[in-house]
Amino acid sequence: MLKTFPKGGVHPAEDKYSANNAIETLPLPKTVSIPIAQHIGAPSKPVVNKGDKVKVGDKIAESAGFVSANIHSSVSGIVVKVDNVMDSTGYKRPCVVIDVEGDEWNESIDRSTDLKKEISLTDKEIINKINESGIVGLGGATFPSHVKLSVPAGKRIDVLIINGVECEPYLTSDHRLMLEKAEEMLVGIQILMKALGVNSALIGIENNKPDAISHLDTLVKDYPGIKVHALKVQYPQGGEKQLIKALINREVPSGALPLDVGAVVHNVGTALAVYEAVQKNKPLFERVVTLTGKSVTKPSNFMVRIGTPVTDLVEAAGGLPEDTGKIINGGPMMGKAVNSLEIPVVKGTSGILIMPADLSKRKKESDCIRCAKCVSVCPQGLEPYLLNKLALLEKNDKLETGGVMDCIECGSCSYTCPAGLPLLDYIRLGKSRVSQIIRSRK
Amino acid sequence: MSSIILFTIISLSAIGAIAAIILYFAAQKFKVFEDPRIDQVEENLPAANCGGCGYPGCRGFAEALVKSDDISDLYCPVGGNDTMSKVAEILGKAVEAKDPLVAVIRCSGSPEHRKRENSYDGASTCVIVSALYSGETACQYGCHGLGDCVDVCDFEAIYMDKETDLPVVIDDNCTACGACVKACPNDIIELRKKNKKDRKIFVSCVNMDKGGIAKKACDVACIGCKACVKVCAYDAIIVENFLAYIDPVKCKLCRKCVEVCPTNSILEINFPPRKVKPAQPEGEKENDNNIINQEG
Amino acid sequence: MFDVVIAMLPVLAISIYFFGMGAIIVTLTAVVSCLAFEWLIQKYMLKQEPSITDGSALVTGILLAFNMPTNLPIGIIIIGSLVAIGVGKMSFGGLGNNPFNPALVGRVFLLISFPVQMTSWPVPTGFSNSYTDAVTGATPLGVMKEGIGAGESVSAIMDKIPSHMEMFYGHMGGSMGEIAAVALLLGFAYLLIRKVITWHIPISIIATIAIFTGILWMVNPEANADPLFHLLTGGILLGAIFMATDYVTSPMSIKGMWVYGIGIGVITVLIRVFGAYPEGVSFAILIMNAFVPLINMYIKPKRFGEIKND
Repeated sequence: MLKTFPKGGVHPAEDKYSANNAIETLPLPKTVSIPIAQHIGAPSKPVVNKGDKVKVGDKIAESAGFVSANIHSSVSGIVVKVDNVMDSTGYKRPCVVIDVEGDEWNESIDRSTDLKKEISLTDKEIINKINESGIVGLGGATFPSHVKLSVPAGKRIDVLIINGVECEPYLTSDHRLMLEKAEEMLVGIQILMKALGVNSALIGIENNKPDAISHLDTLVKDYPGIKVHALKVQYPQGGEKQLIKALINREVPSGALPLDVGAVVHNVGTALAVYEAVQKNKPLFERVVTLTGKSVTKPSNFMVRIGTPVTDLVEAAGGLPEDTGKIINGGPMMGKAVNSLEIPVVKGTSGILIMPADLSKRKKESDCIRCAKCVSVCPQGLEPYLLNKLALLEKNDKLETGGVMDCIECGSCSYTCPAGLPLLDYIRLGKSRVSQIIRSRK
Repeated sequence: MSSIILFTIISLSAIGAIAAIILYFAAQKFKVFEDPRIDQVEENLPAANCGGCGYPGCRGFAEALVKSDDISDLYCPVGGNDTMSKVAEILGKAVEAKDPLVAVIRCSGSPEHRKRENSYDGASTCVIVSALYSGETACQYGCHGLGDCVDVCDFEAIYMDKETDLPVVIDDNCTACGACVKACPNDIIELRKKNKKDRKIFVSCVNMDKGGIAKKACDVACIGCKACVKVCAYDAIIVENFLAYIDPVKCKLCRKCVEVCPTNSILEINFPPRKVKPAQPEGEKENDNNIINQEG
Repeated sequence: MFDVVIAMLPVLAISIYFFGMGAIIVTLTAVVSCLAFEWLIQKYMLKQEPSITDGSALVTGILLAFNMPTNLPIGIIIIGSLVAIGVGKMSFGGLGNNPFNPALVGRVFLLISFPVQMTSWPVPTGFSNSYTDAVTGATPLGVMKEGIGAGESVSAIMDKIPSHMEMFYGHMGGSMGEIAAVALLLGFAYLLIRKVITWHIPISIIATIAIFTGILWMVNPEANADPLFHLLTGGILLGAIFMATDYVTSPMSIKGMWVYGIGIGVITVLIRVFGAYPEGVSFAILIMNAFVPLINMYIKPKRFGEIKND
């Protein structure tokens, strides 16, 4: 019996069309627009001006606080402007726009491909390096990684959990990374273990990626302390709290962080970025992005420079299919439809999903018949039907006691609702209202 | 048989009488003193319970009026000056007369002027749209057209025009309670001074993008060209962030700004039609305004 | 909803096999009149867009028919449909808002208003074309109740009624939907496989009744029927599988479902053993329906990472 989290969850069709296609490097774009807010926390401060010449890996925006991250140029060229450009939030946000000229890398970056195994830095130095390199959680949440590694005094971490679950249907970027960059990733995990001072790391992978599981299983023998765990396919297993529960059976209390139960979770992509930053001195300026969809000619996994417009990816995968109904940034469950193909790839872009028109329409709404399907699939044990109603009626105090802040916005409730109600939309609305109230209370 | 009926009547009457006596004593025992003026004031309030005053319902407002010494900050927008002067009389406190206000919609981005670039099919409320993205058009400031303002209006003073996809305020019903202003996530609705004959001149746009971008997104957007500032004789217009704003207090309704606006983003409503000048081929604009005149 | 209809087909087939034309006429009348009333009320009284295509009125119609003897006069069936849809469902605001199961509201209304017609069950004779002329008789449950009331011993009564095996495949008198346990269980299996319902409500009802009647039977087997007899007769399986599990009128959380199911089981046995009616499932379900809002309010699912306050 494979491990999984015990409560709720759904199992949508997996549709991982691009799972067998190796990562290709996308040709350099003509211009990139790099948003200065790509992470959770304070937006970075741009340190370049119009007309400046930058190289690949040069810092272009500086972290503006502890919970913030540096941003580096992903191309070499000339800064055209620092201006508001539409990004994946659906709004125009400040971006550094760079015209690409050649591909000149910052000299300090080690561009060799050989594996460097021994870790020379101390734990403090590692965390500094990660902070310097602008690494954020690459699973999609984009939480600055150095913050997760800086364990506050009095807390003890005993296990590092590596998230290779990729529970979102369609997406395969982590899957490909685990197959193609496994050794680098494992060294990255060791670096993270050293930074945290833990002796054991668990890699959680869902059972629909048997090749990745067996590949890593053979490799981990050389890396003491690291173990691979196959997990039953169940969405949203990639959620931090669900993954911790599934792997080590600890339950993160409501309102607390994983480190309160002695665990830290990092994504496999983050582990690779950590390896590159620490061993190769390469800041985070490119990532793997899956471009997929039912009618896409060539579903692919691309190594993409941050700031590349999405349309470049679409072109490289054979162009926009005729029956396109919706383009989603991220996976089908938690991703968000975009309103422009010009939006740039950011650190948190794990995939671009092109949905055909017939699959992209919402169901017609009808009345709630209290079938309790949403209650049974909620991995957080909430009552989505009730929260939805309370959010509609603006009963904010009842929303709070109803646990709306525990919602992880996985969308299982909306997915399963036979009445086609936009449950998550309203719950999210209620959540933002309640969080405002909580903030004003302090 | 008749004895049963008699017995029933007597016993029920007895129970009723005993209950009445108990209730009487209970009411005496648990009586809470309340300023009788609260009731008096409440009677004079409109009983709309709209919350436009900032208090939970008319009763709450009445309590606030009675309790506070200085009531010049408190105002019932629904009842207006009449109500407030009556209240002041009851309480023997002073109130200032305030200009009556009316809600105006500062967006003219109908599909004709503002092209829909994508279609939204999620939960149909404006707050959710604005939490998700900039909306169906290239203008991220304008009306989403899903009618959150209509839903919150207690006075049936606002409706969605199906042709323009924009809300329309019925001035006669509008009490300026401000519910729609709070409901609109894009702050499109403004409470402005109510002029004679419901005449209005205002910038019907909230787009703060640079002129070129604004114009590209919407034909009738304010591009911040300051032409109106130059013609205004009363210093009533300021342009900030590429957006003009007409101060309703300073504005003397001279209509000069309307003429010079290159994008027709300044609206004049409920004015008599102008004499058509042969030099200005602005028949279209006149028509537009006439339509609005009829609606307003 | 249409999965529920499919799950009810085996039951329908068996009743047609045993009761013939009567079963077809009763079902058709109930379904057509339920659909018609829903459409008329939505169209002309509530001025809504009619939503009869959602299948809920169809399910109500079939369930109502399942709760009727197959020789019921057509007029009474139509009255039952009107009460089920009009009073039981539409008066509360339509689908999703009714606190009580509409089909049961209809049935209980008829049971109280037309007790004689509602309890004259035709004897199953195999397929026949006659409708109202069928020979009528009591249900095994009725015979048992009367017999125990008259002081007969259970074993003596058992000889007068069909054997457990006959009851299992439906060879006994009763309402058209409640006779064939085998068909009901088939429908139950289908609903579980299609994940339309969870097992909690039916199993908790059945288990409660089995345990409760089992205790009574062990105390005095001559004055109380055995648990299997209770489960196979009357509407327990029909109620537990198709009516107590109605989404709208059942609790939302698993714990709540247990409370609800156990409540139905206990009330059913109380009515059957100690009450005036031989059958109590429909009353039990309606009574527990009334408790559902309370159950939903106080019995919450366990939250992930819940912090205990005490």
